[in-house]
Amino acid sequence: MRPLTEEETKIMFEKLSKYIGENIKSLIDRPDGMYCFRLHKERVYYVSEDIMKKAANVCRENLISFGVCFGKFTKTKKFRLHITALDYLAPYAKFKIWVKPSSEQSFLYGNHILKSGLGRITDNTSKYQGVVIYSMADVPLGFGVAAKSTTECRRTDPMSIVAFHQADVGEYLRNEDSLT
Amino acid sequence: MGRHHRDPEKKNIRGPGKKAHRQKDLTVPAHWKDDADNKQSRRSKQRERKKKLCDLLNAQSIKKEPNLDEKVPKPTELFGSSDDEIPNEIPMVSGIDADIDTSKANIKELVLNEMKGEDSDDSSNDSGVDEDDDFLPIEKQAISTTKARSQLNKDIPEGDIQTNLAQSDLKLPSGEELEQETSQPARLEFVHQRIKDVMSVLSDFANKRDPETKRKDYVNTLKKDLETYYSYNKFLLSKLIDLFPQNELIAFLEANEVSRPITVRTNTLKTKRRDLAQALIARGVNLDPLGKWTKVGLVVYDSSVPVGATPEYLAGHYMIQGASSFLPVMALAPQPQERILDMCSAPGGKTSYIAQLMKNTGMIMANDVSAPRLKAVVGNLHRMGISNTVVSNYDGRSFPAIMGNFSRVLLDAPCSGTGVISKDPAVKINKDEGDILRCSHLQKELILSAIDSCNANSETGGYILYCTCSILVEENEEVVNYALQRRNVKLVPTGLEFGVEGFTRYRQYRFHPSLKHARRFYPHTHNMDGFFVAKLKKFSNQIPSKTDNNQNDEEVSDDAETEKTETKKKATKRPGSDLSMQQLKKYQKRKHKPGALVRPVPGLLAKKRNITQYLDQKKKKANKSSEKVVEDKKSVETKKTKNSDGKKKQAKGLKPKREKDKPKVVKKAKVKKENETKSKKKKTEKTKPET
Repeated sequence: MRPLTEEETKIMFEKLSKYIGENIKSLIDRPDGMYCFRLHKERVYYVSEDIMKKAANVCRENLISFGVCFGKFTKTKKFRLHITALDYLAPYAKFKIWVKPSSEQSFLYGNHILKSGLGRITDNTSKYQGVVIYSMADVPLGFGVAAKSTTECRRTDPMSIVAFHQADVGEYLRNEDSLT
Repeated sequence: MGRHHRDPEKKNIRGPGKKAHRQKDLTVPAHWKDDADNKQSRRSKQRERKKKLCDLLNAQSIKKEPNLDEKVPKPTELFGSSDDEIPNEIPMVSGIDADIDTSKANIKELVLNEMKGEDSDDSSNDSGVDEDDDFLPIEKQAISTTKARSQLNKDIPEGDIQTNLAQSDLKLPSGEELEQETSQPARLEFVHQRIKDVMSVLSDFANKRDPETKRKDYVNTLKKDLETYYSYNKFLLSKLIDLFPQNELIAFLEANEVSRPITVRTNTLKTKRRDLAQALIARGVNLDPLGKWTKVGLVVYDSSVPVGATPEYLAGHYMIQGASSFLPVMALAPQPQERILDMCSAPGGKTSYIAQLMKNTGMIMANDVSAPRLKAVVGNLHRMGISNTVVSNYDGRSFPAIMGNFSRVLLDAPCSGTGVISKDPAVKINKDEGDILRCSHLQKELILSAIDSCNANSETGGYILYCTCSILVEENEEVVNYALQRRNVKLVPTGLEFGVEGFTRYRQYRFHPSLKHARRFYPHTHNMDGFFVAKLKKFSNQIPSKTDNNQNDEEVSDDAETEKTETKKKATKRPGSDLSMQQLKKYQKRKHKPGALVRPVPGLLAKKRNITQYLDQKKKKANKSSEKVVEDKKSVETKKTKNSDGKKKQAKGLKPKREKDKPKVVKKAKVKKENETKSKKKKTEKTKPET
């Protein structure tokens, strides 16, 4: 376990800002205590400092996870967000897409969102903007990237892709092993 | 073998059977019949009839069983007595015989009802007939017989009839027969019948027994039959027989054949139970609140979608968890801002419930030995949105060496799983004495380490909760009792409203009386998995050592003075000085394996400190010396142009290792060069012939 280097922090924050914009600040300056990012086995964990200090007692090989895993650094030093970060992305998300109940299941199986399954979309979403995806009952289901801007969405045919799938909560079942 | 493999086409035939119903109606014996021509008053007719019947009955009863009249209302006894005359050679009664018996008994009962008095409102059979005399005698007969039939069916439940029929003919199989049975495929119907019979005999042994057979024989056949019928192994069944009284035993065995209902726990961090129930009902799940004792549980009766894959499940609104798993956490009663250890956490159901009760504050240490199972823990915790957990992978026994000072500890110890046979029927077969002892030993080690890693002085806590999904005393009460002896703990009430009290005395064991605070849960009584929960309160951090007794011994013995002095010497030694470097390395190596067992090594910390101190001192010395050298050189070399040499030497003094490394690198480089030249040579050699 170690703090992120400057380069790593930069890469990670760039990624995060695609989804939550300036709200990253509220992740770090929290009223309920000090929170920090820590790197452990190429994965980035978001924890309160107290818990981090206690987790330091456990030696590296035996420490499996602590706090919330945000994602991992790939071998090429890119940052990939995991579905486990959804709890912190969803409340701060700037751009959202709501999925119709009919295509909810399809998204949870790892498919992109088609125009036919699009329930609602935040205004002014630009192309390739990171979006958090909700069900119509306002339950966050995952996140992805908008394939088309809001205005384009209105005109396209129903079978075209509106948002690219990146992560969905179905991954808790599909690839439980790779979460950590 | 076993009930599940029974032929599905053969249905369990109960009662007299279809054929019996088709038999011709009861015929009243000729001498019972009234003379229709006889001109008497109605009353006198009745009286006469009664008299005759009484005489007849008395005569019969005197023949068969003198003390019949007292036990008359019990239909069971009647059967037993009447069947005595039938030769006992055939173990089962054929259907027709049975019917004859029932008819006899039937008639007797009618008569007796009459004798008891017609004033009772209980519609006695003849009363209806008497009211309208217009019927012909044959018609009367028919009516009376049909009525008698119907009443018979009402009065005697099916089960009784069966047991009674066969009970009379119950003949325990001899040794040879048993052998034959074991060699042949088991006839489960037959075995089931015999189980019932033997049970009925054992329930009223004095009256129903066959005087020639011993109780032991009955019990042995019962054991054998239960083994074959429910397919248990001998060891486990004998344990269960010790644990339960007869009726409960059968209920328990039956309950193990049926799976428990699916229960679901609401994640209150994300939703409320009402909202969750609504959402699930909308998806076509049929559910109900679990019980009054929990506010977060729901029972799922049936559902059109898989409950473990709904979007609500994936979003972490609920967790599928057995009802029995709620109990230990409720008993643990974690408070916000506490430090809690869950020693054997996989797959994380209880851990997430603890986090939920703590409202995601404080800190939870979730530990498990098995790394693959921990993946489920991590998945579940993240899904439920829990952020206050550290997941570690150690052997639970190593915990006090890694981290202590927990305010509460939950130990859901690994066990033989005798409480969850309905989930894993393999337990029936594959457990033996050794397994139980092994489990019990591990549990004892675990509970001690759990107690050691708990802090008695914590303001709100100091509690240890021990639970297993086993129902055997060896894994439960005995383990807790052991902990009571070895550590400064006491049992406290669990705070659970229901459950059976723990045993304080069981066979040869005599446990601490406070073990009544522990709670047991059974599948047949509570409709949840078999479970044991005990809550311990640690009242002192001191470990009562075995040496207390030893010291006393030493005081008594005068010869031990030399030993004493030796021990004193040892005590004055620096801690950790007797640890060799090799031991230390070995220890550290062991520590690095996943799921490692880390034993507390006395003096390890001191040893480490010594080493670091030593290194620091060495560094300081080196620094000083280098500084001195620098100063000297400065003084000498100030006249000369620059003190660059001094800087170099300072660097050397600080990092002496690098110097050592350099020649190695050079060597390596040399070797590389040599290799290259060799390969080149080879290449040239290869190329030469070509050219």
